[in-house]
Amino acid sequence: MSLKIRNLAVAAVTATSLVSLAACGSSSGSPGSTGTGQSLKGVSFTILGQWTGGEQDAFQAVINAFDSSTGAKGIYTPAAGGDEAGVLGTKVAGGTPPDIAVLSLPGAIQQYAASNKVQPASAAVQSAVTSNFATEWATLASAGGKLYGVPVDASDKSTVWYNAKAFTDAGITTPPATWDDLIKAGQTLSSSGVQVPISVGGGDGWTLTDWFENVYLRTAGVANYDKLTHHQIPWTDPSVATALTALKKIWGNSGLIGSPAAAVKVPFPASVDNVFKKNPTSAVVYEASFVATTITSDKNPAVVGTDAKVFPFPSVNGSAPVSEVAGDFALAFTNNKAAQPFLAYLASPAAAKILVSTSGSGFLSANKNLANSAYPDSTSAELAKQLVAVGNNFRFDMSDQAPAAFGGTPNKTEWADLQTFLTDGNVAAAQRQLEKDAQSVKWN
Amino acid sequence: MTQDVGAVAKAPVVATGPSRKGPGEGRWIAGVFLAPAGIFLAAIVLYPLVYTLVRSFFHDGTTGQATSFAGLANYTHIFTQSDALQALKNNVIWVVVVPVLVTILGLIFAVLTEKIRWASAFKVVLFMPMAISFLASGVTWTLIYADQPSRGLGNAVAIGIHDTFNPQTSYPELHPVGNAVLTGSGTAGYRSAATFAVGSPALVPLAGLNLVAPPKAAQPAVQPSSGSGLRGVVWNDFKLGGGGKAGVIDQGELGIPGLKIEAVKGGKTVATATTQANGTFAFPSLTAGDYTLALPKDDFSAAYGGIAWLGKNLITPSIIVAYLWIYAGFAMVLLAAGMAAIPRDALEAARMDGATEWQVFRKVTAPLLTPVLLVVFVTMVINVLKIFDIVFIIQQSAGGNAKYANVLAVQLYTDYGNQQFGAASAVGIVLVILVLPAMVFQVRNFRRESR
Repeated sequence: MSLKIRNLAVAAVTATSLVSLAACGSSSGSPGSTGTGQSLKGVSFTILGQWTGGEQDAFQAVINAFDSSTGAKGIYTPAAGGDEAGVLGTKVAGGTPPDIAVLSLPGAIQQYAASNKVQPASAAVQSAVTSNFATEWATLASAGGKLYGVPVDASDKSTVWYNAKAFTDAGITTPPATWDDLIKAGQTLSSSGVQVPISVGGGDGWTLTDWFENVYLRTAGVANYDKLTHHQIPWTDPSVATALTALKKIWGNSGLIGSPAAAVKVPFPASVDNVFKKNPTSAVVYEASFVATTITSDKNPAVVGTDAKVFPFPSVNGSAPVSEVAGDFALAFTNNKAAQPFLAYLASPAAAKILVSTSGSGFLSANKNLANSAYPDSTSAELAKQLVAVGNNFRFDMSDQAPAAFGGTPNKTEWADLQTFLTDGNVAAAQRQLEKDAQSVKWN
Repeated sequence: MTQDVGAVAKAPVVATGPSRKGPGEGRWIAGVFLAPAGIFLAAIVLYPLVYTLVRSFFHDGTTGQATSFAGLANYTHIFTQSDALQALKNNVIWVVVVPVLVTILGLIFAVLTEKIRWASAFKVVLFMPMAISFLASGVTWTLIYADQPSRGLGNAVAIGIHDTFNPQTSYPELHPVGNAVLTGSGTAGYRSAATFAVGSPALVPLAGLNLVAPPKAAQPAVQPSSGSGLRGVVWNDFKLGGGGKAGVIDQGELGIPGLKIEAVKGGKTVATATTQANGTFAFPSLTAGDYTLALPKDDFSAAYGGIAWLGKNLITPSIIVAYLWIYAGFAMVLLAAGMAAIPRDALEAARMDGATEWQVFRKVTAPLLTPVLLVVFVTMVINVLKIFDIVFIIQQSAGGNAKYANVLAVQLYTDYGNQQFGAASAVGIVLVILVLPAMVFQVRNFRRESR
């Protein structure tokens, strides 16, 4: 989940405590994920990730299942300080990579593939990914036409969460389907006594990038989205102006989001809390499917599905439905015997089932062969259904694909520029600054 | 003095002893003894310094590797990139303001503690912040600067004082709805777009009342009673669950009590009234004619939210205050020690000669204290140039305004975190260059003292 990796943390050069068992054997003979007996008995492999807490528990459960069926031993370590990109970069550069790393940045797959640091997926992994995932997921995990990674979990970033009671009190019966509907609903909510109808967590810049990306994906289309993702068109492009102008209809309306100067200080957890706390001051908050986890980790949690409901990010300027997603990919950095079988297992519906059904994980999977009944509650089941249903009609989080110096640094570049745009609403100035910052960064 | 003579007299005895070696040999031995320290210093100070310098002239690849020779590009970036430039500007502010303030505050405290009873207790309290880690101090001050008066001491005081003199307004959440009967804004007050005639009911719809917990005084709105003068009703044209008709008083809609309303004719306020619990109001004295109705801004202007301590303009001064809190005690202790070393007889002589306390301070204490003042000042310059921790911590709770507090060391850290090692190295070298004059001064100073 991208919000984790964005914790600016010490890029600590951790002692290489992970034992890398370079089992120099060929992996060709491995029987694959189905685990015929104890074929990998005594093989131990290391996994680096960024999950802690409930997410770590769920992932550990997957490792345990793999271990017990194959006899291998997977050792999972969360990256120090949550800064996985930094820790992994240091380990790889130092020549002691983990056997497997779970990454939320598809851009990193390209980088490591380009410098031959990752192992291409085995035939078993390839067939597992093709049969269980939409092709766009495979594309994201590939570089130069070769598959390297396996999608592990996914989150739907085109979800708008709302307080069901606030909607009832305001007499809104159908969730807004278009941008104008959303604005109108906001005004109605305001009249019904909701102080700040739409809660914008501008204190964390990444929430703003997600707002922008959803609007841009809708107003500019997937082709432009792909170009802007790789900075093949400049931020001064008219399509960006269109998206920012649409965004300004909400961000620039203090009747909807309250004072922008206040909104730009609200961190993401507070922006969710404002909607679902006991005496809510807001009624609507946009963020990804993982808002559910934020809600349930509250002191007096609202019930997801009853108190807290969700509608798809509205259509802007008549756009067709499309989703923005994010997710994590596992890739192998060594030819440890257990690495490819583990990746193949991760891509299987069996692993996905353990991942999503472990309580407290909040995980969703884009695995299309996973039975929807595996989800512990109806809302996540519904969200997962949508994730699978969109097929290839989605795009991965743009800022997660950009170099971290542009799309992933608090108080800097894209985050800071959108925060400035939130407060001053100057479209042209925002475009100029975004382009200037984009140019100062090295793109792939 | 006699002791000194003794020491000098003793020295030759040692020197002429049988163990005397040639000067060349002594140097060789000294070299051997210094070598471990020298190698150590070269490895952990000299090599990184030189490598940083070299690295700062190279571009960064996507995974942090040095790519091509960049010339001075990484350096010019510091002056062209908005975030780095902000850092540079803030560092200038810090260096200009903080050492002076710390020295002055320290001096004031040191002079005052000489004069008061319980001086030691006072000193301990002032010095206490030095015993707290910067991180803890940063977190503490973050709490002081929090926006919500329920959390932030700063705003609890600011809002408390403000509201004592300007009582809280009543309905900041209300705004006009429906068919635009009212125009204007909460900050300017509202005014009816059309005029109302005496004899026909004036319906003034507003909305935004918190319907889940409405004001206790509010009662359901009713049609204004008939009677003399201009009569009307101000009500919340929205009911719980929606469904009401705009501009019509529906069942369950609440009147807005206690709202001031003015009848205006020809730009002049001719009558004032206050709404009842059910929202009705009346100007019985008004005779036939058309009147504009005005709702003065006092009832609508948003509640005072306190001071944005960590806002765009105040964030750096706010952090500087936190820093002063920490370091004023440090300066005080150094200066107090310096003052204790001033010979009492000099001060007493001045007093005997009829100097006032101020003159004693200016003509005797201050000049004798100059070396210590300089040490404090220069130490602070060096400390402030590499300021990092307290800025970094307080920044965390400033949300989108954090960038306005950026300083060079924080910039270096973020560049490093983004694996832009060339850019980070350039910032590091700039910091070294900035610190260098102060270091040279300090080292010379020490050397002069030890001579």
